[in-house]
Amino acid sequence: MPAALDSIHAIALVTCFALLGTSRIGACIRWLSLQGILLGLVPLITHDDGLGLRVMLLAGGNIALKGMIFPWVLLRLRARTSYPREVEPFVGFVASILFGIVALGLSVWLALELKPALPHAPFLMLETAIFVVSIGLFMIISRRSALMQVIGYLMLENGIFVFGVITVVETPLLVELGVLLDAFVAVFVMGIAIFHINREFGSMDVDQLNALRG
Amino acid sequence: MPQAHWFFSPLCALLLAPLLLGLINRTKAVVAGRRGPPLLQPYRDVVKCLRRGAVYGEVTSWLFRLGPVVNLATLVAALLILPFGGVGAVVSFPGDLIVLAGLFALGRFVTVLAALDTGSSFEGMGASREVHFAALAEPALLVALAVLVRVTGGLSLSEIYGVVTIATWARALPALALVAMTLVVLELVENTRIPVDDPTTHLELTMIHEVMVLDHSGPDFAYIQYAAALKLWILGALFVGLVVPLRSGSLWLDGGAALLGMAGLAVVIGMVESAMARYRLTRVPQFIVGAATLSAVAFIVLLV
Repeated sequence: MPAALDSIHAIALVTCFALLGTSRIGACIRWLSLQGILLGLVPLITHDDGLGLRVMLLAGGNIALKGMIFPWVLLRLRARTSYPREVEPFVGFVASILFGIVALGLSVWLALELKPALPHAPFLMLETAIFVVSIGLFMIISRRSALMQVIGYLMLENGIFVFGVITVVETPLLVELGVLLDAFVAVFVMGIAIFHINREFGSMDVDQLNALRG
Repeated sequence: MPQAHWFFSPLCALLLAPLLLGLINRTKAVVAGRRGPPLLQPYRDVVKCLRRGAVYGEVTSWLFRLGPVVNLATLVAALLILPFGGVGAVVSFPGDLIVLAGLFALGRFVTVLAALDTGSSFEGMGASREVHFAALAEPALLVALAVLVRVTGGLSLSEIYGVVTIATWARALPALALVAMTLVVLELVENTRIPVDDPTTHLELTMIHEVMVLDHSGPDFAYIQYAAALKLWILGALFVGLVVPLRSGSLWLDGGAALLGMAGLAVVIGMVESAMARYRLTRVPQFIVGAATLSAVAFIVLLV
């Protein structure tokens, strides 16, 4: 189904750019949720051998976790901590979008280089995976708010998930579910940590952690 | 039907462009619960201004008088290369899409010169903003047109818009959808409509385009208003030509669908203006760069 992959590819790219250019954390979480649902659909499309229970479980688990539960946890966290929007990230929004275009070019090039090694992986998804990973990493290093960094971490995880789905022909279900569980626990731990940081210092601005040096 | 109805596109634009403005204003009024000005009010404004005499400041030179005339001339020239409703343009040659962007730039250049010529600090401010945003919007337009060139294989606007059909959409849906979004944003940016600038406001501190033409009066102002309507029409036609992919070969069917599309676009713009507030001035570049990014993404989607 190349048409469906085409659309997923295009919308996933748009969500990445929206995440790069949005200052409101609530809007970012909703974009992340859309991205999670979209990329969760990928295994349904790229599977080789019929719609087995394994594929359904994998896609369903991903969509439920990344499309609904994580966004819900993050939205709740945002409501309980008073940090309604990102104030001036380390890299400005326009500059972030420009970085996104450069990263998109780089990930196309990287996907072209990787293509010979992974002959059965759909090229578009390969490129999407690399791009989403790079944008996730960029969000982690360029944003001040700890919540935005969690969003970056989840994008990273989205990208790695897609990369795994399209490159590895057969992964045991147990391993995949284990990875999901890890991400689940990580988000909860980060959520609790952010909550405590916010309560202790009255801010989620990670730059202020520098002031703690003895 | 390449040149049989060559008069259709310019004639529609020259006659109906101000009606588009009237339709937007009417939509805004209806949404706000008012009756609003008559649909033909923009025509009346133009005629009223044409009857008046012009007043020129003592410090202004011939540049100030040149501005509105050349601006109107560039847009009328742009109409000659604009296809509409499946009908080819009067003139078409490979690369005329770059001429279109060039004509827009020329019109803007003379308007800015005329604004700077008055020596008014407000107009200088407006000119600076206009040029700043235009510098961001122009690449967006060119990249969007480049995507269309790649999808359709045509090198002129008439060739491109002559072959956009349902089949083209089915073949390159994501790219064309992204380009259509870019074109809507450009329609709002280039005509300084609401998320970017409020065309009805007269508070100089926040205005972009309107502030540049504060000193023009009489026929000059009529030219400016009419040129603004034409620009709204031209960018709207680029969008409608893309999203109304009806190319049956019959003038009545294709042309009628395109005209309906334009009316629909005017209503949509009116709705957007009723529902949204103007962006802070510092957010506007972000909005335009976002639009440019959409078409850049479309281009890369096509490359792979």
